[in-house]
Amino acid sequence: MDYSAYLVPLLLAFTALFGLGKRVDVYSALTRGAEEGLTILLRILPALVGLMTAVYMLRASGAMELLGGLLEPLLIRLGIPPETAALLFIRPVSGSGALAIGSELMAAHGPDSYVGRVAAVMLGSTETTFYTIAVYFGSAGVHKTRYAIPAALAADLAGFAAAAFAVRLLF
Amino acid sequence: MAMAWIWTGMVVLSVVFGIANGSIGAVGSAAMEGAAAAVELCLKMAGIMCLWNGVMSIMKASGLMDGLSRLFRPLLSRLLPRACRDPETLAALSGNVSANLLGLGNAATPLGVQAACRMAKGCGGWASDELCTLVVLNTASIQLLPTTVAGVRSALGAQNAFDILPAVWMASILSVITGLLAARLFSRLWRR
Repeated sequence: MDYSAYLVPLLLAFTALFGLGKRVDVYSALTRGAEEGLTILLRILPALVGLMTAVYMLRASGAMELLGGLLEPLLIRLGIPPETAALLFIRPVSGSGALAIGSELMAAHGPDSYVGRVAAVMLGSTETTFYTIAVYFGSAGVHKTRYAIPAALAADLAGFAAAAFAVRLLF
Repeated sequence: MAMAWIWTGMVVLSVVFGIANGSIGAVGSAAMEGAAAAVELCLKMAGIMCLWNGVMSIMKASGLMDGLSRLFRPLLSRLLPRACRDPETLAALSGNVSANLLGLGNAATPLGVQAACRMAKGCGGWASDELCTLVVLNTASIQLLPTTVAGVRSALGAQNAFDILPAVWMASILSVITGLLAARLFSRLWRR
């Protein structure tokens, strides 16, 4: 029996009981949050339409394969599947772009395939680095960001390699 | 504006490659297919996204975020000793980390920005070592439940959408550690 099968049902029960124990109206909190989820979806849908159009075009034109082929020697050394090459570039720049490429990879290779899983773990374990840096330093009025960008990109690269490594190790 | 260039670049590149490879017909139908796939994906993951947002909202209402915040204070005091001497900065920092862990992006960013503003005071536009560390912590995702990815996986028919969790945690931890080590190393090289 896969222990992660327990996660969803137990987490739902735990959250509800914990909330009730704290005298929270858990049902109205649930529906309020669900409404918020719809707003988030409405916000990503237009971006996703634009970006999935472009990503599907890139895939059909053969440009995506070329990028993977060019970077293959380097990526293989890092243990990263070359199919995910485009995801590595878009991930630090655009969150919806990464979601578009990642879901295209999962759809094309299957969500339970090696490449599909690596793409999912990459999406889950990294952030939209440049956007975050712009928000934090921009609002704090910092112009000299020193080594923040290289250090953040090093973390991203490590996250990509670690995603592929973790999927190989655990599946 | 950056996205305008990226999007145009992607479209133009696929047209150029489509003509060169003789696959321009496929590129055209792929464009229609992609647009439809985006809406289909959103519809299919809507239920899961709404459900987990609801669960997160229960966790927030029951004070789970504050509990997590208290848990992270000792660790943060070691990581950012100077900033944590100010109790208000420490409160914002620990709130930022715990909101990130719970995937509450809308709550995490204002808290993190508040901490960053307090830490940047009197630095004359220079990023201090501790501010760089805070930014690296926030650019390396540390999310306990990556709900959007799980939503995509389940929309595409995965057997168990959450079975990637241990792998996500492992990759996140390795990525955060690398970021912090890189920041520590670069701070020796990038002296002001």
